[in-house]
Amino acid sequence: MLHNSFHLALTVGRTATPEAVQFWILAPLAVIAALGILLLKKAVHSALLMAWVMVTLAIFYIAEDALFLGIVQIVVYTGAVMMLFLFILMLVGVDSSESFVENLKGQRIPSIVAAIGLAGLLISLLGRATVGSPAAGLGVANADGNVQGLAKLLFTQYVWAFEVVSALLITAALGAMVLAHSQKVRSPFAQRDLAIARFRKDSLGDAAGLPAPGVYARHNAVDVPALLPDGSPAPTSVSQTLRSRGDIITSAGFALEAIEEQED
Amino acid sequence: MDISNYLYLSVILFSIGALGVLVRRNAIVIFMCVELMLNAANLALVTFSRIHGNLDVQVASVFTIVVAACEVVFGLAIIVTIYRSRRSASVDDASLLKN
Repeated sequence: MLHNSFHLALTVGRTATPEAVQFWILAPLAVIAALGILLLKKAVHSALLMAWVMVTLAIFYIAEDALFLGIVQIVVYTGAVMMLFLFILMLVGVDSSESFVENLKGQRIPSIVAAIGLAGLLISLLGRATVGSPAAGLGVANADGNVQGLAKLLFTQYVWAFEVVSALLITAALGAMVLAHSQKVRSPFAQRDLAIARFRKDSLGDAAGLPAPGVYARHNAVDVPALLPDGSPAPTSVSQTLRSRGDIITSAGFALEAIEEQED
Repeated sequence: MDISNYLYLSVILFSIGALGVLVRRNAIVIFMCVELMLNAANLALVTFSRIHGNLDVQVASVFTIVVAACEVVFGLAIIVTIYRSRRSASVDDASLLKN
């Protein structure tokens, strides 16, 4: 009895050797990629591995005589869904890697145990299941072609489900628009507002605009601060973005004293 | 190789997806794990279709894919909305109602 329960006994028919070879090459890779989704810190890497798993599954579908689903899998999942995922990742911040500090204390070990338990339960169920007859294969069902066979079912027997699903898709599109729509809190700054703000400041020092970057005749790149009349660099002449990034070449080498020293 | 190996693969992928949902905390990665579970279920459906030799199961699989696409659209819109107000896509940060 014990021996029986661990014997994976669901034999439903053999596949041809090429398919077996393909399975044993691709299935471990799919499992490794799935584990990678789980373990890799950066969401982008997870997304790329996810795309790989989906392509692998598409190959499996096609190998299992589900041609239409295989193509749909590639077009919808790797094409549309994964692009959407990557798009949102880029929007939300591609560098955002999560911390692995547990907020719920001791939640990870039970989760792993639960997942392994789930897998064990399902696998043992599969092992005990019997179909009764060997696999029928899709040869008869696909006699007119897989797409034709699916179309026949989809537009006759399942036409109401099909319509309901189309309503669902429209609702989803509308919902996404409603959720992604953001109300503007204030009107954007126009040139007029900016000019008024410049003149209403405490000093009129930069009413005519900030100094332009670059040390003329020596260096005119945007990342070099301009020199003031006394030879010191003017930090306001370089864009705020470059300043906060630290991408600024020091202009001390272009200061008056330095130039005089070089000329001597 | 036996055809049922596809089912075992599907079970393994499903469990990995479930574990990912439980363990990961980036909302986007959690979402990808949900997609992985849906895909694993699809693989099982396609294999059942082959075992029983009828296409009805593949129709169910088509519907699964459509529903998954809708779910992605909604889910990612929600993630973007949360990110806009919280500047974070971590599910642990969205705990305003906790206390």
